Amino acid sequence: MAQGILIFAEQREGVLKPSSLEAATLGRELKKEIGGELSVAIIGANSSSLSSEFKQYGVDKVYLADSEELNQYDGERYTALLAEAVSKAQPSVLIIVASAMGKDIAPRVASSLDAGLATDCTDVEVIDGKIIITRPVYAGKALIKLRIDSEFQILSIRPNVFPKKVEGDTDPEVIELQIGEKKNPVSEVQHVKSERPELTEASIIVSGGRGMGGPENFHVTEELADVLGAAVGASRAVVDAGWRPHTEQVGQTGKTVSPNLYIACGISGAIQHLAGMSSSKVIVAINKDAEAPIFKVATYGIVGDLFEVVPKMIEEIKALNS
Amino acid sequence: MNIVVCMKSVPSSETKVKINSDGVTIEQTDVVFEINPYDEYAIEEAIRAKEAHGGKVTILTLGAATATQNIRKALAMGADEALHLICENAELADSSTIAELLYSAIKEIEYDVIFCGKKAIDCDNHQVPNRLAQLMDIPAVTAISNLELTTESGSAKRNIEGGTELISVNLPALFSAEKGLNEPRYASLPGIMAAKKKPLEERQVSLSNEKLTILSLELPPPKPKGRIVGEGPEAAGELVRILREEAKVI
Repeated sequence: MAQGILIFAEQREGVLKPSSLEAATLGRELKKEIGGELSVAIIGANSSSLSSEFKQYGVDKVYLADSEELNQYDGERYTALLAEAVSKAQPSVLIIVASAMGKDIAPRVASSLDAGLATDCTDVEVIDGKIIITRPVYAGKALIKLRIDSEFQILSIRPNVFPKKVEGDTDPEVIELQIGEKKNPVSEVQHVKSERPELTEASIIVSGGRGMGGPENFHVTEELADVLGAAVGASRAVVDAGWRPHTEQVGQTGKTVSPNLYIACGISGAIQHLAGMSSSKVIVAINKDAEAPIFKVATYGIVGDLFEVVPKMIEEIKALNS
Repeated sequence: MNIVVCMKSVPSSETKVKINSDGVTIEQTDVVFEINPYDEYAIEEAIRAKEAHGGKVTILTLGAATATQNIRKALAMGADEALHLICENAELADSSTIAELLYSAIKEIEYDVIFCGKKAIDCDNHQVPNRLAQLMDIPAVTAISNLELTTESGSAKRNIEGGTELISVNLPALFSAEKGLNEPRYASLPGIMAAKKKPLEERQVSLSNEKLTILSLELPPPKPKGRIVGEGPEAAGELVRILREEAKVI
């Protein structure tokens, strides 16, 4: 009988994705209810040192594939390795972070192991040994509660939703995985140089909408983002107009985000935009139009010209920080 | 080059979701169904590939009978024929079941390339393309924003956090589309006329062996009423104070 929890630890270039520790914390909680061991699968080049990052998360075992050959994410190879870790650990639950990599690997491994998979979960509970999850559908316009019925259950969790918490100290046993051969090479990875955090991982997001007036004005929201250490987002209207890149779009046809703080500047609040950001913990709206729908979801609002309000906010935050 | 595009008909992104009294489905009256936006990029990419390399584009849809009108739209854009697996209430069904049903249909079709959208904007599952590729035992590159296709291989770019990956695979292969891959065309009037005569086969299928059970569908809890801090730049100082001292988020 399968038992225990396996976490897929996501890394790129030897750097652990912080949300992997959120997955480990959830894993430790679930272990209390379903028993067995808590294990972590670490796959990638120069990744062996990452196991120490899990020491304070109650991890019993680490399944490790560390090889220069694994320096880039390769869906097929990583899937084979993760499936091998599953066959060794025999867990009843596998937890993956719903990042770009996690969204790619989760259905692959679910299909190869014929398991049920619930993606992008925002809440998890255990009832009679079965995992019951809650996840947003229709980009968050509704929440669905699902039971995973397969014996081996996989879930991916939305980054930034589950807390991470250190507790105790373990010295996990390390088990090496067999690395198979390469089929479809990732020929190249290009990094867009950005000093700002990634949209889906950021704890603060500053977004601009049509009220920004034009692409030349986004330095205003960028500056606010920079004093807050925030990511920069955009509404569909400004992405479709070509003012901002697709990668910044928040909404039903862009990214769904749940930061601690979402600051919407000059965004009226179309349904599809609200769907993508209304699960943010605190929402600030700055808009000239007091009737704009964004104020219905906003925790705090300022009615006014963003070109006056935002520079003043930047000034105030700088004063606080100095 | 023979191409299959998996297309889903979904409630438009402007839809206000209301839950039926059964507690597991949404009300469909007054809902406008459109081609899943990500699938529109897939259809466009498929038509471009056909224009460059010849061959045929087949639309494969699993969904309610009402999806027909959107299948005709895809045919009007330039796809050649369609297979509609008619299945009611599949909108939020388990992706493993959906992938199996698509797989049984697709393996009878000749293909070099399969295009999908990266996800459907109703269930947001993000699973079917990779599950399908896995069942078919072909390589998959998901959420691509650029594709260079030859008759033998495809080089695709996919966005990752803070960068892009360039991945090359040999055909047959599956690609799922991200926004930005292309600008989908509008159907021309002759295209719309021609679409009415293009072959559209319908088959009834049913859901089985679902690995997930829907327990409930609910609207998210209402947001507590917000507070207007003030008007104009004078309110900025107070807002910053609240964010730091009360909300403790900065």
